[in-house]
Amino acid sequence: MKKRLDVLICGGAACIASHSHDFKARLIEVVKEKDLEEEINIIETGCMGPCELGPVMVVYPDGAFYIRLKPEHAERIVEEHFLKGRPVEEWLWQAPEARKIVEEKRQVPFFEKQLKVVLKNCGRIDPENLNEYIGHDGYQALGRCLTEMTPDTVIETVTASGLRGRGGAGFPTGLKWKLARKAEGDVKYVVCNADEGDPGAFMDRAILEGDPHSVIEGMTIAGYAVGAAQGFVYVRAEYPLAVKRLRQALDQAREAGLLGENILETGFSYDLEIRIGAGAFVCGEETALMASVEGHRGMPRPKPPYPSDSGLWEKPTVINNVETYANLRHILLNGADWFAAMGTAKSKGTKVFALSGNVNNTGLVEVPMGITLREIVYEVGGGIPGDKALKAVQTGGPSGGCIPAEYLDTPIDYESLAELGSIMGSGGLIVLDENTCMVNMAKFFLEFCVEESCGQCSPCRIGLKQMLMVLERITRGEGTMEDLDDLERMSHTIKATSLCGLGQSAPNPVLSTLKYFREEYEAHIRERRCPALVCTDLITYTITADACVGCTACARKCPVDAISGEVKKPHVIDQDVCIHCGSCFDACKFNAIERR
Amino acid sequence: MTRRDVFERYSKTGDNLISILHDLQNENEWNYLSKEDLQAAADYLELPYSFVHGVATFYTMFSLKPRGRHIVRVCQSPPCQLMGATTVSDELKKLLNVDFGQTSADQMFTLEMTSCLGVCGVAPAMMVDDDVYGNLTPKRVNEIIGEIRRES
Repeated sequence: MKKRLDVLICGGAACIASHSHDFKARLIEVVKEKDLEEEINIIETGCMGPCELGPVMVVYPDGAFYIRLKPEHAERIVEEHFLKGRPVEEWLWQAPEARKIVEEKRQVPFFEKQLKVVLKNCGRIDPENLNEYIGHDGYQALGRCLTEMTPDTVIETVTASGLRGRGGAGFPTGLKWKLARKAEGDVKYVVCNADEGDPGAFMDRAILEGDPHSVIEGMTIAGYAVGAAQGFVYVRAEYPLAVKRLRQALDQAREAGLLGENILETGFSYDLEIRIGAGAFVCGEETALMASVEGHRGMPRPKPPYPSDSGLWEKPTVINNVETYANLRHILLNGADWFAAMGTAKSKGTKVFALSGNVNNTGLVEVPMGITLREIVYEVGGGIPGDKALKAVQTGGPSGGCIPAEYLDTPIDYESLAELGSIMGSGGLIVLDENTCMVNMAKFFLEFCVEESCGQCSPCRIGLKQMLMVLERITRGEGTMEDLDDLERMSHTIKATSLCGLGQSAPNPVLSTLKYFREEYEAHIRERRCPALVCTDLITYTITADACVGCTACARKCPVDAISGEVKKPHVIDQDVCIHCGSCFDACKFNAIERR
Repeated sequence: MTRRDVFERYSKTGDNLISILHDLQNENEWNYLSKEDLQAAADYLELPYSFVHGVATFYTMFSLKPRGRHIVRVCQSPPCQLMGATTVSDELKKLLNVDFGQTSADQMFTLEMTSCLGVCGVAPAMMVDDDVYGNLTPKRVNEIIGEIRRES
C-alpha cells in the first residue's frame, strides 16, 4: 500500500561511517512514538552521492534533501515535517553559491549536471529488497534476452551500443563477448572484477551496496550471451557491506528462480558464486584475479592467451568490471541507439566518478562521457574549499596521471585522457589544490606500487624501487638534475618491459608530473625548496625577532629542544637540531614563525 | 566454531583455500593463522604445506603472527592523506602506544595500514574490524577507541 511519505535514508558505507544508523534508529523510534508507522515508509538505500554531507536523507513526494543528520534532529523533523508538512529548513541542503534553500533534490547543482543510468537505483531503492528492484524494471532485460533474443543478437546489441570496459582500459565489451562466444569449449565462465583497489575509487562499492541485483542481472545476461553456466564475483575483503548485500541478493535471486536451474523456465541454467580477496592490489589485474579465484597467489601471467580463449581454469572466460555489468540491463531494455546517443564519438554512455580530495562536494557522481573536468570540479563538485586555486586533477589512481589546470576544458573520454598522459581508469578523480606538492604525490603513488608489486618480474620489482629511491632523494633535497633524466628513462623501460598492467602503468604518475610540473621537481633539486611546503626536509622554520614576544610556547612544544631564548625576549631556532616537524609553527599565537 | 566446522562449509577443492583461510583467521582467538591452521587447511585440501604458506603470505590481510582482539586499519590513500590521515595515525600510535604492525600491551588492538577503504567522501577514515569510521579527528579517535574498550 502506498504510504503518505517515503523517507529514504542513505545506507552507503560513507553515511554509515558518519553514523546514519544511529539517526535511522532514532527516527524509527520517534515515528513509532507518534503513531505514524502506517503513514510513513522508512527505507535504507544505497549511496546517494554527496558523501561528505552525510548522513543524508530524502523525503518524498516533495523531495526535501536533509544533510548532516544527527539522532537529536529526528524529533523535530517528525513533528515539523512529517506531521505539519513544513521541512526543517536549517537542516536542508543549501547550495553554497546561492545560499538559498534547496528544497527539491533535482535543483541541487550537485545533481543538475549528472545523468544517472548506472546509479539510477542507487539511493532510490532498498538494495535488500528484490521486489523494489523488480518494481524498477529489474530483471526485465534478462527476461527479454532469454525469451526474445538469441545469444548472437544480445552480443550484436551490446556491440552496437559502443559500451567499453569501465574498469579503465576501455576494451569494447561486445567484442570481448564475441571472442569468448566463438572460443572452443563446452565450459565457459563469467567473472566480475569487483576488486576495486585504486586509491580514491569507490564506484563499484557503491553499486554493489546500492543496487546489487543490477550486477547479477548483467552477469547473467553475459552468461547467456557467451554460453556460460557459472560465474564468479571477486570482491575485495575491505568491502564487508558490499559482500553482505551481494550475498543477500544472490539468495533472493535464487529463491525467485532468477538464478540456478532453468531460469524463468527458459531452459537456461546459470549460477554465481562470490570469491573474497585478501588485500592484494595486483588482483585487480585480470589474470592475477583469476589466479586468486582459483585459490592461488594472485600472480599475473603473460597475455596472450587472453582470458576469452584461456581464462579461469584455462577455459574461455569473460571478465568485466562491476560498472560494465550494471550498464547492460539499461542497454538491453532501451536499445543500443539510446545508449550510443550519450557520450562522444568513441566513448558512449555515462561514467561514474568518485570525487575526492580538495573539492567541496566529495562523493559519487555519474556524468555523460564528454563532459569537461571543469564542469565536474566546479559545477558538480562545487569548486575548491577556501576558494583556493586548482592545481591538478588526478585520474586513474596509481596507473593514471595528473592533469594540470590548463586542460580543464578537455572533454573527458578514453582517448582524450590518454592523450594527456593519464587514463580514464576505474573512475577515481582526486582534486588537488595549490597546496599539493606534485613530487610528493608522484612519490606516494610509486610507494603504493612498490608495496603492491607481486615481485614476479624484475622491471616492476626492482625498477620501481629504484625510481622510488630517486624520488625520495629529491624530496630530501639531495637530488641532481641527472636524476630527472634517469627517472624518465627508467619509466619508459619499465612501461615497455613489465609483465602486467601494474608495472606497465606504474610510472604514469611520475611521467605526467614530470611533463606538466617539471619546475616543481627543479625547485626541489636546484633551490632545495618545496614550493607547496609539503616535503618536511625542505621546509625551514625561522623566528622573526620583531614579532616574537618570548612567550616560550614554541620552545615548550619543540620535541628536540631546538629553540632557545630567555622569557619575554625573542627566541631562536637552531637549524642544525631542527627536525622540521612544524610543532612550533602550530604553537605560535603571534605569527612570529616563518615557514619557507 | 572449530576447524572442522569451517571445513564442513567448503568442498575439497583448491579454489576454496582463500575463503577457508579467512574463516580460520576469523575463528582464531588472536586473529591470525597459526602453523596448525595452515597445516589443517593443507591436509583438508590435500595441498602441500608450502603452497598454503605461500598463499597465506602473499595476501596482506592474513597474519602469521598473533594480533590483538581488534584490528584497527587506517586508510593510507591520498584522499585521506590530504584530509589529515597522518594526524589521526599519530594519535592512534600515541593512544595505543604502538607503531604500525604492532599490538597494544593489553592485547586489545593491533594497528595496521590499509589501502583505500572507498569512503573517500568522509576522509580520513579507518576500519575497526568490520566497522568503518569517517571524518576522523584526534578527538573522535579517542572516543571510538574508548567506546570499544568499554564494550569489551
